[in-house]
Amino acid sequence: MLAMNYRGPYRVRADRNKPMPEIEHSSDAIVRVTRSCICGSDLHLYHGLVPDTRIGTTFGHEFIGVVEEVGDAVQNLKVGDSVLVPFNIACGKCVFCQQGLYGNCHESNPQATAVGGIFGYSHTAGGFDGGQAEYVRVPYADFGPTLIPDDMDHDDAVLLTDVVPTGYQAAEMGGIKPGDTVVIFGAGPIGIMAAKSAWLFGAGRVIVIDHIEYRLEFVKQYAQCEAYNFRSLEDPVLFIKKTTDWIGADVCIDAVGCEAAGDALQTITGRKLMLQAGSATALHWAINSVKKGGIVSIVGVYGPTGNLIPIGNVVNKGITIRANQASVKRLLPRLIEHVQAGRLDPKGIITHRIPMEEVGDAYHIFSAKLDNCIKTVLIPPSARK
Amino acid sequence: MKKTASDYSHINGWGIDADPLDVPNYPIKKRNENDNKGMVWERPAQQPALVEVLHSNERPGLTAVFGTPNPPTGLSGQLRRFAFRYSESTWTHWLALLVADRINMMEGIGEDLKNGHIPDLIAEHGLKSELKFNKIGLAKKVLTGAAVITVAVLLMKSRSRDDD
Repeated sequence: MLAMNYRGPYRVRADRNKPMPEIEHSSDAIVRVTRSCICGSDLHLYHGLVPDTRIGTTFGHEFIGVVEEVGDAVQNLKVGDSVLVPFNIACGKCVFCQQGLYGNCHESNPQATAVGGIFGYSHTAGGFDGGQAEYVRVPYADFGPTLIPDDMDHDDAVLLTDVVPTGYQAAEMGGIKPGDTVVIFGAGPIGIMAAKSAWLFGAGRVIVIDHIEYRLEFVKQYAQCEAYNFRSLEDPVLFIKKTTDWIGADVCIDAVGCEAAGDALQTITGRKLMLQAGSATALHWAINSVKKGGIVSIVGVYGPTGNLIPIGNVVNKGITIRANQASVKRLLPRLIEHVQAGRLDPKGIITHRIPMEEVGDAYHIFSAKLDNCIKTVLIPPSARK
Repeated sequence: MKKTASDYSHINGWGIDADPLDVPNYPIKKRNENDNKGMVWERPAQQPALVEVLHSNERPGLTAVFGTPNPPTGLSGQLRRFAFRYSESTWTHWLALLVADRINMMEGIGEDLKNGHIPDLIAEHGLKSELKFNKIGLAKKVLTGAAVITVAVLLMKSRSRDDD
């Protein structure tokens, strides 16, 4: 079958000879992929920043498709069902899943206890192949996959597998109260969705900070928020203090993660020399921009070692930090309602639809932010017929 | 509630999820009978391990399901086995894995060549899109690369002349 194949940092190819996935556990399903996105966090893999990313891995944790085969124990799905598949692989039974922490399942990733299994996200996240392929193995098929409502556009559905829930949970974890000023670092797909979601929680002001001008223009229109380029602000933290009457933001959201720009020391030690788990510039700014007693919500992805952040300020300001991988399955019922009611318009962020055969170009366009790219969807050949 | 700055009627759904008690999804920790008891849930059936699967030493064994592609092989595989002797809390674990990844990349090139496949670096790096959307940037990169190579060659030549 056709599948994306990782060959090393900045090198991926469309492999036409990848073996078909097989049922390996009685709770598995095999899904024929109809759409698969490239996520901003896939770029951390693509750039070689995530340990234990093995050559030959197929990335892709944002995908939808049609059930082709089910294991003996699967009862809730049948062949032919159209499903959206949450990026978290969750058993639904362990003590963490029982708490609704489906991103922290303890039965889906033997390689690391700090994170649950994720499709196509290195062996550090379980070693599963992902959905940037014609077919994919989906474990715990009775629990994770969700039937796509008949009236839902499949472009909306594919974005409900990660982007929308992650942006929404970023706002949710911020504990936003009506009238709060919410500052979001990062105008990528997750930051855009966090901005949009912040209003649903009653934010009074939503401010997005980034340095990519076309993305700032986009988020300003799409999420009806303020947007500023930190390159034109002398100091983004100082700017936030001034614009909040010298108090600081009520809630700051890090929607960037380990490849943040804006600080030479962070960039050199985090991204170039890899002496820390990526560049923590956005998190640094979030901690320093939030008010005393405020909340910092982190959904940006960082590596497993450590980062330079002003932890002393966290203590001295009494900041609450909330962070997690989005618990997609928990959030889906509410988010499907929001999409159906027109409160969220996920497909509005898709800028590129690219044949899966051109996966090398698709990654490069997204990584280098060419052609005003915001969100890329890969379409396998069978879905183009 | 704070005094809000203005009318939000132009934002569809403003404040609809503002009250956590009205939102059943709000992430309040749900207590259950298995809290504080360790790994005592009804475990899913165990996937048979038909290939080598490394596991963190911070857990007693494999999870019920796991990925089987790309099991550890070669020198990179040996390094990965070494890494998994250390916990996730140690730099040794993660640095060994990162080094293994780089070795694995070289192994991948070797494997390609052994199979008669010459990697198409232009396609793999997505350079066609660079040419299409960033001609000037690409030209700058090529010129910078050429300049660096020229300087390096000139330096090496002058050094070899000095040695003579």
